[in-house]
Amino acid sequence: MFMEREQNLVPESLPGDGEKTTPVSDAGLTVTMKTMELVVAGLLMLVAAIVMYDSVRVGAGWAFDGPQAGYFPFFIGLILLAASAVTFGINLFSRTADLSNFVTKPALLLVAKVLAPTVMYLIVMYYVGIYIASALYICFFMMWLGKYSIRKAAPVAIAIPLVLFWLFEIAFLIPLPKGPLEAALGF
Amino acid sequence: MDAFLSLIHGFGVLADPMNIVYMCVGVVLGVLIGVLPGLGGANGVAILLPLTFSMSPTAAIIMLSSIYWGALFGGAITSVLFNIPGEPWSVATTFDGHPMAQQGKADEALTAAFTSSFIGALLAVIVITFLAPVVAGFALRFGPAEFFAVQLLTFCSFVGMGRESPFKVLAAMTLGFALAAVGLDSVTGQLRMTFGTVELMRGFDFLIAVIGLFGIGEILLTMEEGLSFRGKSTTITLRSVMNTWIRLPRFWVTYLRSAAVGCWLGITPGGATPASFMSYGLARRFSKDPGNFGKGEIEGVVAPETAAHAAGTSALLPMLTLGIPGSPTAAVMLGGLLIWGLQPGPMLFIEQKDFVWGLIASMYLSNVIGFLIVLTTVPLWASILRIPFSIIAPVIIVLCCIGAYTVHNAFLDVVIMLFFGVIGYVFKKLHYPLAPLVLALVLGDMAESSFRQSMLISQGDMSIFWSNWLVGSICSLALAMLFWPLIALMLDKLRGGGRFSPGGA
Repeated sequence: MFMEREQNLVPESLPGDGEKTTPVSDAGLTVTMKTMELVVAGLLMLVAAIVMYDSVRVGAGWAFDGPQAGYFPFFIGLILLAASAVTFGINLFSRTADLSNFVTKPALLLVAKVLAPTVMYLIVMYYVGIYIASALYICFFMMWLGKYSIRKAAPVAIAIPLVLFWLFEIAFLIPLPKGPLEAALGF
Repeated sequence: MDAFLSLIHGFGVLADPMNIVYMCVGVVLGVLIGVLPGLGGANGVAILLPLTFSMSPTAAIIMLSSIYWGALFGGAITSVLFNIPGEPWSVATTFDGHPMAQQGKADEALTAAFTSSFIGALLAVIVITFLAPVVAGFALRFGPAEFFAVQLLTFCSFVGMGRESPFKVLAAMTLGFALAAVGLDSVTGQLRMTFGTVELMRGFDFLIAVIGLFGIGEILLTMEEGLSFRGKSTTITLRSVMNTWIRLPRFWVTYLRSAAVGCWLGITPGGATPASFMSYGLARRFSKDPGNFGKGEIEGVVAPETAAHAAGTSALLPMLTLGIPGSPTAAVMLGGLLIWGLQPGPMLFIEQKDFVWGLIASMYLSNVIGFLIVLTTVPLWASILRIPFSIIAPVIIVLCCIGAYTVHNAFLDVVIMLFFGVIGYVFKKLHYPLAPLVLALVLGDMAESSFRQSMLISQGDMSIFWSNWLVGSICSLALAMLFWPLIALMLDKLRGGGRFSPGGA
């Protein structure tokens, strides 16, 4: 029953996940290395700009008692901006830019198949605690990607959280996020 | 002689049987981490860090460093048997190790790899034993300018020694510094880059970054390849060990050269990975028979393994003596020291003698234990690799989440960890190096405060970094490292398309 719920939820998180690797064109080609290089270098330049902007806000100059809080980060931002600009430029203008595929479509699908359930796992973890969420996650992963029957997947999926529970909550006394079930059992 | 007496004292600390138990547990866990994809020295130690909070610092560091040695040994197993480098530093081991396994000489290759790792580590530990007290004594006289100079050298070495584009190294590094600057500024108490949110006030913890970048990122990369483990299996018999050992003394020059390369790159943080490649390249260049390399030459296993283990071990030297880790794993251990309330640096050698010398003595013993364990248990590890990835992967991701959560008991950290995982995946594919990012995140605050202190002393005059011969030469060396790619390019041009560039090795 739980598994059904998870499976229904998964497709919903896929579009948001595919965001960074947008338009999937024909013939298994996703994005070229060149495009990805440009995107990443561009994002890093954006980060650099934010860092520099915020450093100027807190003061990137010289106060009477020494460098202001933004002095060091400002120059860090400047170096990041310059270095990423060079990477951006090299990829934009170079004739030898790598036009090969950043990731093939089947490979991207596999990556998304790991990433999407993991995002779901975190959401479920937030509500029911880490142990139940882990059991569901391992079971789902084994059945979906490993094509195991529930009879083989369930024992593994139940045993591992139990071992973890013993290890963290009982042996080492480290509290992990718990939900209503653990509360009902008195933990 | 002083170092020798301290070492004997250190072995006295080890006499507690619990320490030996922790050592064995650590080595076994470490080999497991080294064998499994997605778990490596750095994130493996980071995940297990919370389990050590209830131990004494000495027992904890002994266990964590044993995990590290185990991981160094474990990487060789997958490289030889499965042609899958379990760790980045064992990539060079696959070149000749796997061809040997295909020729049915897996036992020889593994024996050679383990023995070389052991010898490399041993030579590096000897270097640590006698060099660390000297460096620590020297560093006692360091002021903020000197500390900043050493940190500068650390980061510039990444640019000079890195195999990636220098601009990408710089970008990854400064991104780490920028992330480290987020949160409360410790000098002025101002909030930096929090954009009015409470969550960002804590800043980014590097342990979270390490677990995400190396753990989740690695799983995603492995997943992409679809993963079918098809490997050779082998057992190591006493006879094959003896047969290999008889052949190994011939390579004593290779051992010494590789260990020297490893120690050098471990102390100035190039790290174990470039050390293994450089050592492999050098061994091939000096070999009488370079054509055999890549086809199953035993020297091609000896050289990278010796260097990788020597580098991995000696990376702890700057961590202990200066508080500047030489590798991401050393950085995680440094984080552990801070959590246990120990301040790494020269004072550690004066105030925490038991701790320091217990750790150094444990390096000798745990490498012996690790060597014996891996030699006898190879079939076990090979069979673990046959557990399907669809079972291992979710378990590793669950462990990563637990590791990230336990750092601050904050759920948001788990989300940040996953985010770092995606960054790690994209960065790895585009050849942005992750080690400088992590080290900058660890050292960011420290580097900034030593920079600001020296600026305060000098009233903002940059010439303080060239004010005496010591700080001046470190700074000049750092600048030489920073511009090394450019210098190498010019030297190449002068020689008319030179034949060998050390920066690229």
